[in-house]
Amino acid sequence: MTTRVLIVDDHRLFRAGVRAELGPEVEVVGEAGDVDSAVRAIEELKPDVVLLDVHMPGGGGQEVLRRVLGKGSPVRFLALSVSDAAEDVIGVIRAGARGYVTKTIGGKELTDAILRVADGDAVFSPRLAGFVLDAFASTQAPPIDPELDSLTQREREVLRLIARGYAYKEIAKELFISVKTVETHVSSVLRKLQLSNRHELSRWATARRLV
Amino acid sequence: MPDKPPTQPPTASQAADAPYPRLRRPVEGRLIAGVAQGVAEQLRLDPVVLRLAFVLLTVVQGVGVVAYAALWMFTPSVPHTGPKPARDWAQLTAYAAIGMALTALTMLTVGTLRGFGTWAIAVVGIGGLVLWQQADSLRQRWVSGAVRKVRSSWLRTAFGLLLVVVGAIGFLAASGELAAAQTGLMFTGVVVGGIAVIAAPWITVLVKELQDERRERIRQEERAELAAHVHDSVLHTLTLIQRNAHDPREVLRLARAQERELRNWLYQPRADADRTVAAAVKRVAAEVEDEHGVPIEVVCVGDADLTPRLNALVQAARQAMVNAAKYSEASVVSVYAEVEPEEVTVFVRDRGKGFDLDAVPPDRMGIRESIIGRMERNGGAARIRTAPGEGTEVTLTMKREEP
Repeated sequence: MTTRVLIVDDHRLFRAGVRAELGPEVEVVGEAGDVDSAVRAIEELKPDVVLLDVHMPGGGGQEVLRRVLGKGSPVRFLALSVSDAAEDVIGVIRAGARGYVTKTIGGKELTDAILRVADGDAVFSPRLAGFVLDAFASTQAPPIDPELDSLTQREREVLRLIARGYAYKEIAKELFISVKTVETHVSSVLRKLQLSNRHELSRWATARRLV
Repeated sequence: MPDKPPTQPPTASQAADAPYPRLRRPVEGRLIAGVAQGVAEQLRLDPVVLRLAFVLLTVVQGVGVVAYAALWMFTPSVPHTGPKPARDWAQLTAYAAIGMALTALTMLTVGTLRGFGTWAIAVVGIGGLVLWQQADSLRQRWVSGAVRKVRSSWLRTAFGLLLVVVGAIGFLAASGELAAAQTGLMFTGVVVGGIAVIAAPWITVLVKELQDERRERIRQEERAELAAHVHDSVLHTLTLIQRNAHDPREVLRLARAQERELRNWLYQPRADADRTVAAAVKRVAAEVEDEHGVPIEVVCVGDADLTPRLNALVQAARQAMVNAAKYSEASVVSVYAEVEPEEVTVFVRDRGKGFDLDAVPPDRMGIRESIIGRMERNGGAARIRTAPGEGTEVTLTMKREEP
């Protein structure tokens, strides 16, 4: 069974480019160019994965996430953006996206990332991993909820390897664990990133408005 | 809305930067403080006329001295570099002599000039001059800058106004017309008040329009700057890309370089490019990327000030990037720099063809000297992990404190 994908981006050229690059494992069921039509298309087409642009007229990707996930939709989002601003990256993840990749990603990697998100796993680009490490390390304040507000040693190791440019398979080999375990760690980090309500996280992202 | 920058009317004056010649005291050719000369330049008269006038006024109960002193106080002097030119003492003596002669003459004849009236006229004159010299470019830009200008120098303006008013009242009192003038003044006051009431809404609208206009001008300037930037960088790069369309490597290089530049411009307002480890790593990565046309993805966590040892680390990392870009044949190089409380680590990784570390000839300076040697000399360590077909990862570690 192929994975059904909806592409949401306000640049028509970019949508066409992505469509052409994706492998046969995924099927593009539709496209949308702004927030309203994206929300409508998601409701009608019920795709497995939405490739979501962060910057769009009418509130951007975060607005789509808010409106769709607010209704308890099971659809999964993979954020795709040219922006490397920490604010955008952390913002879209905390709004509910399961992963974040930059638009420079190759077709093969993007296809893999889509399949991974469709399976319920998280997709971290090296840059996102760096942001997360930075955000969780940047504060000396004691965590409010130790389970949610700090990363385990293992999670930190996994994130470091992602930041170093390792693929999940390479990480598994490096740490002598299975790929499934790597995925579990990354998903756990994603959960912490989304649920941790420490204010430092948002404040850090805002303060660091740059790459 | 008319949006025209304030044009500078061509004046015959020496001051090209001021829209209107501002009363200033020149240093060159002055006799006492340059007041007479300054006023003469302002009025486009010969300084001699002004000097004689001051002398004459001095004779009349010393008014000239007061006027001179007031103008001296309120007038800035012309900026002058170098040694101050000597005064022409002969001329000064001549004026002094004229003054004394006139004084003597007045005393002998008990002139009809004496009286309170002349004082009043003199005071009005001084007040007017103070206001005038205050006005400066104000008359030219009355519509746009007047309000702020007056506010910033309201003390002087008030002083000038006070002098004028006191002088006027003094004149009326001296000529015995004060009582008669009272009704007239009342009438004038009422009329002016009435006009003010009528004009007030219009004036507020005018002021608001002026503010809007200024804001719009600032916005337009920003837009112009943006346009200039886009033109100089983005459009230029696009032209180069079209011209190099046959060379994918060059196109890639141009696009990456432009992307990086634009990102810096958009997201990095700070200019301290080389003060920290993260900034330095990003910079050398950009340089290598430009030189060799291989994209280098940089991720930095944490940051620290760049010390000489950390700079050595960055240079070693640069060499590792160069090697990866030149020899690995990988399509992308990953760089990860992490600053921790005790140490800084940089990983340079490629998924290229790799090599056999033991088979590297001893004269290959790139790895042995520029990477391993440099790190060890500075108290750090370099680890290279590679095998043919496995890609390469160079790990550079440097302690942050001096050993």
